[in-house]
Amino acid sequence: MFDGREPIYLQIAEQIREQVASGALGEDEQVMSTTQYATTFRINPATAQKAFAELVEEGVLYKRRGLGMFVAPGARARLLEGRRASFFAEVVDPVAAQARVLGIPLADVIARLEQHSADDGAPRRPATPTNPQEETR
Amino acid sequence: MSLAVEVRDLTVRYGRTTAVDRVSFDLQPGVIYGLLGRNGTGKTSLLSTIAAFQRASGGTIRVDGEDPYENARVMASTCLIREGGDFLDEKTKDVLRYAAAVRPGWDADLAARLVDLFELPMTKKPTQLSRGKRSALGVVVGLASRAPLTMFDEAYLGLDAPSRYAFYDALLEDYAEHPRTIVLSSHLIEEVERLFERVIILDAGRVLVDEEAEALRSRGTTVTGPAAAVDELTAPWRVVARKALGPTVQAIVVEELPADARARAAAAGVELGSVPLQDLFVHLTSPQGTP
Repeated sequence: MFDGREPIYLQIAEQIREQVASGALGEDEQVMSTTQYATTFRINPATAQKAFAELVEEGVLYKRRGLGMFVAPGARARLLEGRRASFFAEVVDPVAAQARVLGIPLADVIARLEQHSADDGAPRRPATPTNPQEETR
Repeated sequence: MSLAVEVRDLTVRYGRTTAVDRVSFDLQPGVIYGLLGRNGTGKTSLLSTIAAFQRASGGTIRVDGEDPYENARVMASTCLIREGGDFLDEKTKDVLRYAAAVRPGWDADLAARLVDLFELPMTKKPTQLSRGKRSALGVVVGLASRAPLTMFDEAYLGLDAPSRYAFYDALLEDYAEHPRTIVLSSHLIEEVERLFERVIILDAGRVLVDEEAEALRSRGTTVTGPAAAVDELTAPWRVVARKALGPTVQAIVVEELPADARARAAAAGVELGSVPLQDLFVHLTSPQGTP
């Protein structure tokens, strides 16, 4: 995600987005204060403030005067929706491209992904006559 | 409480030596500045003149709108801690008592906490203290004074690494609670660069850089890849360093890169990376680095 050229405030913003998207930070939950960010990461408080300003603009956080920054209602759903929209282009397509470079057949990649679905115990799609082994794996 | 500083065409001379040469810049209230420069570039002369420890040879300084020289109001609000400390040769507790008396913003609790933190002996005189403890005394006075304009001139370099980190943490914590204008001059750029909101770089008595730390950092880029591709890509840019490792070349450019730079680099098989502020400083202030 970070290419090393990212300013620190962008990295902090991304970290908070990550926490909101994963549910580690719930709606209306308070985010660490600029002072906590400053002393924890040994950075200028203005740097943390810049990250907060960006997240307020995006609607991920909102400010309660005198209290601090909180996660906006619906922020998680919006972040996940945004990530789902770019998932295939940003995550899946590079996997396919890399597999092609390495000479790995896409069928192997698909088989591996299906193995994950089995490991998760996630609801499987109904067995189809063309793929009888999957259910017995 | 924070003070603004306005420096215009400031010159400081010692006999025939010009230490500060017609320097102009502003310090915005409530901002932490990094003052960087190689040895002998005038950092100490500049800070000492702003703090009215000495008189300017030319130009003007306005601290909170007034000339600081022999100005009791401004001097009470300005605290410069230099390496060595400039302290009376009295026991630590008396040095602190004196500071408390002349500093309207003095926080005795903070002073006591910092004395504990740095394990400062209260009944020894500065001359009896190690260099590290003398630096710690400077840090205690500098922070607990809570002066609206606080300047540390390499005052904490005598501290060992754990104590320096304790100083950075104490500074940030107290600054967040009580914002003030702070100037830190240091050679340990890597350690302190993230503390700065803005950076001023002096070179040969002049201001070379005066800009937001993040913006300065973002102007430095390493360009790494096949020699021909790197040279072609960087041709229109200001290259401050270039080294070859076999067929691979790494160039360091100081430049606001155009929006399509990343895409063009990727297409040419060239990688772009960040440059630590310390490296950028070295390249900007080395004689062959700047045009």
